[in-house]
Amino acid sequence: MSAPANLSPRSSRPGPSARDTILARVREALRIPAPPPHLKSLAAEEAAVPAAGQGHSGLSILPLEVARPWLPDGGDTPEERRAILVTNLEKLRAIVHQVPDLTAATELVFTLARERDWQRVAYHGHEKVDPLLAGIPCATHRVDAPGVHPASAKSALEACDAGISACEALVAQTGSILVSSATCGGRGLSIVPHVHLVVATPDQIVSTLGDALHEAQQRHAGRMPSMLSFITGPSRTGDIERILVLGAHGPKELIVILVG
Amino acid sequence: MATDTTTDGPAAAHAAAAEQSPRGAKKRFLHDAAESVRDVDHRAFVRKALGGYYVTRDAQKARYGNWETARDAASLAKWSAVNRLDELLPRFADNFTANGGQVHWARDAEEAREIILGLVRAAKAKAIIKSKCMTSEEVHLNAALEQEGYGVVESDLGEFIQQLRGEPPYHFVFPCMHVRRGEISDLFSKHLGTAATDSPEELTMIARRHMRQLYVDADVGITGANFLVAETGQISITENEGNARLTAALPRVHIALAGIEKVVEHLDDLAVLLPILATAGTGQPMTCYNTLYSGPARPGECDGPEEMHLVLLDNSRTAILADPEQRDSLHCIRCGACLNVCPIFKNVGGFTYGTTYQGPIGSVITPHLRGLADWNHLSGASSLCGACTDACPVRIDIHHHLLHNRRNAARTAPNRWEKLGHKLFVAVATRPWLFATGGALFRHSLKLLKWLRPPLLSDWLATRDLPAAPAASFRAQWASRQGGR
Repeated sequence: MSAPANLSPRSSRPGPSARDTILARVREALRIPAPPPHLKSLAAEEAAVPAAGQGHSGLSILPLEVARPWLPDGGDTPEERRAILVTNLEKLRAIVHQVPDLTAATELVFTLARERDWQRVAYHGHEKVDPLLAGIPCATHRVDAPGVHPASAKSALEACDAGISACEALVAQTGSILVSSATCGGRGLSIVPHVHLVVATPDQIVSTLGDALHEAQQRHAGRMPSMLSFITGPSRTGDIERILVLGAHGPKELIVILVG
Repeated sequence: MATDTTTDGPAAAHAAAAEQSPRGAKKRFLHDAAESVRDVDHRAFVRKALGGYYVTRDAQKARYGNWETARDAASLAKWSAVNRLDELLPRFADNFTANGGQVHWARDAEEAREIILGLVRAAKAKAIIKSKCMTSEEVHLNAALEQEGYGVVESDLGEFIQQLRGEPPYHFVFPCMHVRRGEISDLFSKHLGTAATDSPEELTMIARRHMRQLYVDADVGITGANFLVAETGQISITENEGNARLTAALPRVHIALAGIEKVVEHLDDLAVLLPILATAGTGQPMTCYNTLYSGPARPGECDGPEEMHLVLLDNSRTAILADPEQRDSLHCIRCGACLNVCPIFKNVGGFTYGTTYQGPIGSVITPHLRGLADWNHLSGASSLCGACTDACPVRIDIHHHLLHNRRNAARTAPNRWEKLGHKLFVAVATRPWLFATGGALFRHSLKLLKWLRPPLLSDWLATRDLPAAPAASFRAQWASRQGGR
């Protein structure tokens, strides 16, 4: 096919390493400071003053504790957050089911599987997911079961009609669902099957993206899962004449079951 | 399924030619611009495609408490990171490495290609799947991989269509916005053997079905990155289709390629940058998938790549960094908003630029990437209306930078004729008697010019009329009105 494998491409040039060269160029370039951007809004201008004085701390001067009323609203109370979330999910063409309890959720999953004639569903073992699958009228494939060979796992997942997972958080502000490779089916479950079904409880709804990121940082302190993904509606494309089509490469349908 | 990936479009050859003989870039630009402007159907099609964008973008902007303050915050985040790259780049690289990923530094395009080729060889790759990455277009990665015999498939729908057409992206966010559905149907029939259809949905499903097995079969997945988070060592990838998610999930090796200017300091910066990128770029509240990766699969995770590599590319970005006046052009988050509102882009189209990055921001940065002497003409392709600057979510002073480029070009390579012209004007304008005589001469010769069609004016006159000359000079008219009072 080609030349013999070159296992250390980084050392293919004589002289200082690329890292040293680039960092030297960066240091040299930054010797002349650039003025801060022309800010238009008074609030940010006020905020920028200490930033400039302290050698650019930028956004960090607008810490999480400070509300950001200039972003889209995510709601202040649990009721507001829930209402905004559901509205946003529906605008994104996700399917939202709000059920009172576990029994109702289990019935719903049963009905969905039967109506859609699911033959096999993939799931990630989780306290919120496991009870719902008790009576499901189809085969199940647990992606985090020990001893599954990675190569066969890809094809097994590809053969499933739906992926069922919990989530890390739901973001009211944008209608996003935060999933992680640690708890929500690795990297494949939420993207490979044609349907992604998320089971969540209202206490997982946060107001803003900032809140969700902050929570994730706290929860996984110092050891982030290898993937964290904000899912905002079913997969989509507008590449053909800018016309919206759902289900480009990822799930065509995103179903959210809110229990409680 | 065996795919015929031979390509047949003229534009790839065109772009390659432009790169190889940059001296011809201006000539080609003028020629292609004239051709595109003449193509009324094409212009109408592009305008119609963008029509929906304005509506959804404005509706989405209205949902912000204050869009202008959000822009301020976004520009502050980028300014603060770009101006501390010396500190943040090593911090990012150290954290990314601590997470189990490998960082590779590339001084230029050639080095980036060498590194990625080396990684692909080491992985003994049989099939490569790729998600949208403009930086890979910048370094001509696909051509390098194909030259070595590696098959590489673009998985983003628009990029896939462009790959089959043998064309570079028309627009760096909407790669095939110039292509009609009928052409896509014919393209798929020819290359994939599918039945003709005029339904965008059915065409999308054809690509989806075609790509599915390719994700499973590929041993290497190549992606770009939208942000590199220094404090956590994560990279953030924004996409709508899910193809980047699949590209980073199923192959054994994940390689990401990103410019060094993509660094931000805090994870929290993304709480502003992700929604603003989506709203400015496509009018969405958030792009469908915004994903943070911090290395290969961790022990205990049920899937994901065994290796993750990140190639950090300079390729003249440090030259832009060294220009404090235009340093803010490195704030660019490649949302494409400036293209969508640009009257020049809408008239001359994406290919006319002959650059990786089209539109106003491309006209600003291309002279830095490829040389001011050969690419300054792009700075003249502007009405200086400032629509780009107004649209930019990170407040890059785009239209002033076009003026800065013009000034810099005039300084480094003065145009003798332009200088002579200005001297002549000064000579005339500072001598009232000469000004009056010259004006009279000009008024009387206007008709003559129209009839003579001198070569300097013939292009202009081919499609335009000369204005009718007034009977008397402005000064004469002014004097007579003052006198009549």
